[in-house]
Amino acid sequence: MSADLNIILPEIFLSIFAMLGLVVGAYGGKDKLAALFVWVTSAVLVATAAWIGFQGAGTGRAFGGMFVDDGFARFAKVTILLAGAAILLMSESYMARRDLLRFEYPLLIVLAIVGMMVMVSAGDLIALYMGLELQSLALYVVAALRRDSVKSTEAGLKYFVLGALSSGLLLYGASLVYGFAGTTLFAGIIEAAEGETPLGLLFGLAFICAGLAFKISAAPFHMWTPDVYEGSPTPVTAFFATAPKVAAMGLFARVVHDAFGGVIGDWQQILAVLSVASMFLGAIAAIGQTNIKRLMAYSSIAHMGYALMGLAAGTAQGVEAMLIYMAIYVTMNIGTFAFILSMEKDGAPVVEINALSLYSKREPMKALAMLVLLFSLAGVPPLVGFFAKYSVLLAAVDAGLAWLAILGVVASVIGAFYYLRIVYLMYFGADESELDTGGSGILWGFLIASAAAMVFGVVNLFGVEGAAAAAAAALVN
Amino acid sequence: MTPVVLTFYLFAIACIAGGLFTVISRNPVHSVLWLILSFLSAAGLFVLLGAEFIAMLLIIVYVGAVAVLFLFVVMMLDVDFAELKGELARYMPLALLIGVVILMQLAMAFGVWTTADGVSIAAEPDAVAGGGAHNTEALGRILYDQYFLLFQLAGLILLVAMVGAIVLTLRHRTNVKRQDVLAQMYRDPAKAMELKDIKPGQGL
Repeated sequence: MSADLNIILPEIFLSIFAMLGLVVGAYGGKDKLAALFVWVTSAVLVATAAWIGFQGAGTGRAFGGMFVDDGFARFAKVTILLAGAAILLMSESYMARRDLLRFEYPLLIVLAIVGMMVMVSAGDLIALYMGLELQSLALYVVAALRRDSVKSTEAGLKYFVLGALSSGLLLYGASLVYGFAGTTLFAGIIEAAEGETPLGLLFGLAFICAGLAFKISAAPFHMWTPDVYEGSPTPVTAFFATAPKVAAMGLFARVVHDAFGGVIGDWQQILAVLSVASMFLGAIAAIGQTNIKRLMAYSSIAHMGYALMGLAAGTAQGVEAMLIYMAIYVTMNIGTFAFILSMEKDGAPVVEINALSLYSKREPMKALAMLVLLFSLAGVPPLVGFFAKYSVLLAAVDAGLAWLAILGVVASVIGAFYYLRIVYLMYFGADESELDTGGSGILWGFLIASAAAMVFGVVNLFGVEGAAAAAAAALVN
Repeated sequence: MTPVVLTFYLFAIACIAGGLFTVISRNPVHSVLWLILSFLSAAGLFVLLGAEFIAMLLIIVYVGAVAVLFLFVVMMLDVDFAELKGELARYMPLALLIGVVILMQLAMAFGVWTTADGVSIAAEPDAVAGGGAHNTEALGRILYDQYFLLFQLAGLILLVAMVGAIVLTLRHRTNVKRQDVLAQMYRDPAKAMELKDIKPGQGL
């Protein structure tokens, strides 16, 4: 038992931190402590990331294989923790100024992150579900955090109802798989699911994929995304666009490789269809959007399509490409949302992209950083975003899915339109914007750092490639 | 016919009859009472299967809590049951369709469902927890030993649900008058009222 507990020590640590925080917050200064909590929580998340990152190699299995701590899980956990810390730091001033900074907010984020860490480490269908629910429930609450706003409440409610539906799909699939394999452990399922797939198992696999596709907002299970992104407070939207996506994608990779690695052909086609649908829907539906938060929602749908393409390859190279893609995607999104958070007019947040016209004249540095980020999001070489797309396309081609890669390139060209439109507005817009200049130094720092990473990362991708390759090798063998 | 078989048929018939009368009885209170009969018979069936813990759970949770809640709702809310009954015929086709689907699913489960090699649909009840243990002990072992991690995670999920409910609904009202018991107890009657002698024709 103590060896098992040793393996889940980071999760136990974070849970205890959250519970202590709740007690201190409830009996201490309540929301007066919130700002302090945000800073402490960020520090704790970064420390945990360092702890996990420098833990060393090897695979540990706890609780009879229900919890797997391998290179893949560690890579995903470090990404999730760092993304969570960055978003928390960015959200402090925004939330405080709009009277949204409750002391529960950072603690709910911590609990959501614990759920995500369980997700990427899940070695059992029940553990998978528990992690997913822990994460989702905390996210439903933070989506509705601005409870006086109809839109935020609607976002929370919509997310909750559709999330419950997707959990139902997932559970139905899990029960069918259990009915076939007689065990919920991935190690047992992969032994049972080999060769010819019986109908019951196929149904189970399809339902599990549908449930997970909901969580990563892949088309055609994306309907909730734009509304939830638009309605939630912007820092929460930024969080939605980063850490949960990594976690759900990691979980997806773990399920298809750890549990269904013997029947790659069966899930490959599901993932390929999801990938194509997401890439095209994300690229085309975003064209008509003028609200930058909705635009980022469609952008995230498209990006999930590309990440799924890596996964659809069904190889270690594909998983590696997916991990690289997610790491770069998170970095880009942190910068982009730092910019969106700083879009203000007379202290009130602005989300219309028309407000950005000729922004370059007022804030040349920020406009330039945003230009770099948008180019990178669109996948324009030689920025890092291009290498992210390149690696998934390469994985798809090497796995014999050349048609998927070609469709990916086509969708990428369509998608480039709406990114470039924002750049056009910023540099050649009609009338000068009235957005506030200046703003928070933290946001500025994250924006510049993220943009700089997009430029200087081309040298060696900051070593992410090697770590991702090791992580993928740990998952696929 | 052995006593076990006889008891099974007794409970099974009572269960189906209870379900039927729940739907067709005129008085909603009677409906709920029939539902309770149905629950009780199902609990009896569980005892026959050797699942005494679930049987007790069914009685405590469903009969003790859920059915009583139903009863309260039926008695307290002014729902026009005659009107609802009238819609019964309208939804009959849908109900029949769902019934057929469930029947087909059962047929699939018992007919064409295939499992992996060496897996039997009817798992041995004692295999997981070591032979001879009674239900409660076996469940306890599974829940607190084998599934310890999942049990704790479920606890965390409930914690999040509680925190979420508080975050989203609690409002600190400042102008609410609350009872202060200590202040009431230490109140001095002599200081509570002051008698003034006011002379006629003069104010205070």
